[in-house]
Amino acid sequence: MTERYSALALARHALTGEAWPRAWRSADPKSGYDVVIIGGGGHGLATAYYLAANHGVTRVAVIERGYIGSGNVGRNTTLIRSNYMMDGNTQFFEHSLKLWEGLSHTLNFNVMVSQRGQVVLAHGPSQLDVLARKGNIMRLNGIDAELLDRGDVMRILPYLDFSDQTRFPIHGGLLQRRAGTVRHDAVAWGYARAADRFGVDIIENCEVTGFTSEGNRITGVRTTRGEIRAERTAISVAGHSSQLAAMAGLRLPVESHILQAFVTEPIKPFVDHVISFGAELFYISQSDKGGLVFGGHIDGFNTFTQRGQFPKVQNVAECAVALIPSISRVRLLRHWGGIQDMTPDGSPFIGRTPRDNLFLNGGWCYQGFKATPATGWCFAHTIAQGEEHPLVRHLALDRFTRGNGFDEYGLGQWTYRQ
Amino acid sequence: MLKITCPNCGERHYTEFRYAGDASRQRPVHGTTDPRAWHDYVFLFDNPKGAHREYWQHVLGCRQWLILERNTATNAVGRSWAAGTAEPAP
Repeated sequence: MTERYSALALARHALTGEAWPRAWRSADPKSGYDVVIIGGGGHGLATAYYLAANHGVTRVAVIERGYIGSGNVGRNTTLIRSNYMMDGNTQFFEHSLKLWEGLSHTLNFNVMVSQRGQVVLAHGPSQLDVLARKGNIMRLNGIDAELLDRGDVMRILPYLDFSDQTRFPIHGGLLQRRAGTVRHDAVAWGYARAADRFGVDIIENCEVTGFTSEGNRITGVRTTRGEIRAERTAISVAGHSSQLAAMAGLRLPVESHILQAFVTEPIKPFVDHVISFGAELFYISQSDKGGLVFGGHIDGFNTFTQRGQFPKVQNVAECAVALIPSISRVRLLRHWGGIQDMTPDGSPFIGRTPRDNLFLNGGWCYQGFKATPATGWCFAHTIAQGEEHPLVRHLALDRFTRGNGFDEYGLGQWTYRQ
Repeated sequence: MLKITCPNCGERHYTEFRYAGDASRQRPVHGTTDPRAWHDYVFLFDNPKGAHREYWQHVLGCRQWLILERNTATNAVGRSWAAGTAEPAP
């Protein structure tokens, strides 16, 4: 059994030099479980945790091909926010933000939630009108939002380019003070440890190679470490949803694309907020270590290589300097890529599949990390009850067959343009 | 960097082109009334990890549409030919 983290425990370990116990057991697969979750990312681990904590389902295994934290949970830009406009999304992401706010206490693990505020910039009156509408919708749903004019943005973010020469003059913005950042690795470790305390088996270095079935019903998984029976099976595997679904004979509305992220060398505290550029898809914040963390669009064509193309590096660096000219001499330290599911409407899927007892969580496009707690919450409910949680009914896998595509940004049915 | 051979202009950086999706998908014949066939054509993808055949358009060049063979696991490119023309002999 893992030890509870507290100031007292910290003092005791400091004084006695006693080694800390490992955060979760290294479990071997048993022959069968009530629920097998494929994918030990943030979503899979959160789902396991809420299955145990909210629904009392503890005969659960999380199966991970690599090691915990090796996938997209450690590859995102760590942002959390709930400034979504379409009914359904607004409430879902606000539920997620509320769970983030209490997560360190819930998990007894410091995930370093930092509600430093996010400013989305507008570069003209019409763009500010759109943000005002979004802010009004948020406020009607009880979510904080403040509309900023150019003077407000100048006071809060004086280091942005307010000169006459700039190609996209800053006209105003929308501020959500409760938005911010989280230490993403701690989210994976915290959920893994908390799920483990309930008896959930976390099985690393175990790849799923197929499903076992009886008729239309999925009865378990075949893995590189043997066959595992499961009353219910859940897929939560980010970039490889299509590959897992294909093993169950399903084709998904998903194409896999690479999204790159970047971090600069550490500099002194400078960017105190999360800032989203309004003229391109570009977002920047500063980590506790001092590095500027930023990202942009997907590269634009489907791929499973986790290496990005250089023109995107250039494009994102141009956005950074257009927004904050003073960082033009700061050097990039690292950049990396993560493979994400892109869907025709930019929205994910959480729910049942055409195969009985097989559940799917995927298609997260850009928004998977901030959704981690609410996804775990709602996906666990869906698996335990056999019916979608009310907060994710708009994210059903069959929504396109009913003409109910859920396109928050109104971009049309092209995966590579979302 | 990914380089693509345009049938008119030769080998160019991929930034001159725009990706336009899986070229192996077959549009249902005109007059198909089964909505499922149209749904599958518009919304579902094989999304293979490996050999892929896809459309690109040389938008910053001659604007030719072309079909490119590419491996999505490695980004290694293979043959390319003008869309609407017969696939060249291997």
